[in-house]
Amino acid sequence: MDVDAEGYLTRPEQWNRAIAEALAQELNLQLTDAHWKVIEFLQRDYRERGTVPGMRRLNKVGGFATKDLYALFPDGPIKKAALIAGLPKPASCV
Amino acid sequence: MKELLILGAGTAGTIMANKLRGRLPATEWRIRVVDETAEHFYQPGFLFLPFGLYTERDVVRPKRRFLPRGVELVQAVVDRIEPDRRRVRLADGLELPYDVLLIATGTRPVPEQVEGMTDGDWRRGVHEFYTFEGARALQAALRDWRGGRLVVHVSEMPIKCPVAPLEFAFLADWWLTEQGLRDKTELVYVTPLSGAFTKPIASQVLSGLLERKRINVVTDFAVARVDNERHALVSWDERDVPYDLMVTVPPNLGADMIERSGLGDEMNYVPTDRHTLRARGHEHIFVIGDATDVPTSKAGSVAHFEAEVLTENVLAHIRGEPLPERFDGHANCFIESGFGKGFLLDFNYHLEPVPGRFPFPRLGPLALLGESRLNHLGKLAFKWIYWHVLLRGWPIPFVDHRMSLAGKQIPAGALKAEMAG
Repeated sequence: MDVDAEGYLTRPEQWNRAIAEALAQELNLQLTDAHWKVIEFLQRDYRERGTVPGMRRLNKVGGFATKDLYALFPDGPIKKAALIAGLPKPASCV
Repeated sequence: MKELLILGAGTAGTIMANKLRGRLPATEWRIRVVDETAEHFYQPGFLFLPFGLYTERDVVRPKRRFLPRGVELVQAVVDRIEPDRRRVRLADGLELPYDVLLIATGTRPVPEQVEGMTDGDWRRGVHEFYTFEGARALQAALRDWRGGRLVVHVSEMPIKCPVAPLEFAFLADWWLTEQGLRDKTELVYVTPLSGAFTKPIASQVLSGLLERKRINVVTDFAVARVDNERHALVSWDERDVPYDLMVTVPPNLGADMIERSGLGDEMNYVPTDRHTLRARGHEHIFVIGDATDVPTSKAGSVAHFEAEVLTENVLAHIRGEPLPERFDGHANCFIESGFGKGFLLDFNYHLEPVPGRFPFPRLGPLALLGESRLNHLGKLAFKWIYWHVLLRGWPIPFVDHRMSLAGKQIPAGALKAEMAG
């Protein structure tokens, strides 16, 4: 798989569940159902809106509590979950 | 009589009322503006209040004074917009019908969104400068300052005027030096971003400036709560930033009324076509200023540029024609950097702030993404322009709503076809 310096997939079409597991392992994460729910929400929302959702959207639309997200993806939940989901690095654009 | 209804008499709503009153015949169109309060604040001036550089007289005027004859100001709280019935319901039960609706209800700081932020330390050790009361309370706190740890904090993005917290840090460094308190004060800048600013080239320049001014920077800080017992910010990943005095920018949200109307996203901003400024899925509703979700800065300059686009588009909509104008995301922001100097940023959807000259190539006279005394004077002059030119809906000479590439030094690859997000 092709990744950039920070570990994000450069060719998103390469993404599949096995690659997600491998990307997670690089971050020392073992993916559980709870992780997958977040990853799938990010992918669905990205398809619909063209941007990686922010924390408020994960809270309000996704129904995930910030605390739980930090427990699942320590340090930087959106950056890590986006990386595993094969999405671009979330960028605040304004 | 047809009804053009504007919600919000801030910068955006006031400019639109002025522009449209001049273009719509008074015999055919009534223009009404609804707002909750009677005072218009020059919000860029809030930055200067805490340091005693501006007083109340610089920043507060009656809203009515900036609306032209033939525009009715309704002072009321909006309960909700009912798009299917093309009417707005006020909190007192009154209903205002509309043929065309402009939403200009802005954004506001909501400190209650952070656990503990409005507890015991609020307006004592924890301050903000995005409201008139907040800026004044902070002025009193600074008067009593004798040294310690002063933390400038941004809760989350997006915020109104994203450069303001940096400006506050730069001005604090200058003011503390003047007061002989700089060596007794540890200045800390805490941000949820990975750098000083949202845009990479400007972020690099501004990070260098923070370092030169001995302002410590804490990045990637996602605030979980304010611990009032220990006087510390605590992040979700359990990092602590203690403070003696904190100046925070609370989370910003759009108006509650947008949420009640079912018209907003998760931050109560209205999904808006970034080029035409029409509300997505609502033919007769347009959105301007901080109330939109368009991917550019929430800033008065943006509202001013959008107003030129929106005026033409609203008039075309009324004539039943396709919407002719396209907004390019143009923003233009002065950054006070202290000691009588300032920066200027000019950018849009396609190009982040880059170095150069403005508004004329080579001649300037203003420097883009570079520090100069003239930029600082430009910022001070802007107060007069705001009250006397901008709110009236008059154009500012040589500064078009379409961002100009002339005079800009554009690094390879910096000009994007369409910026993501």
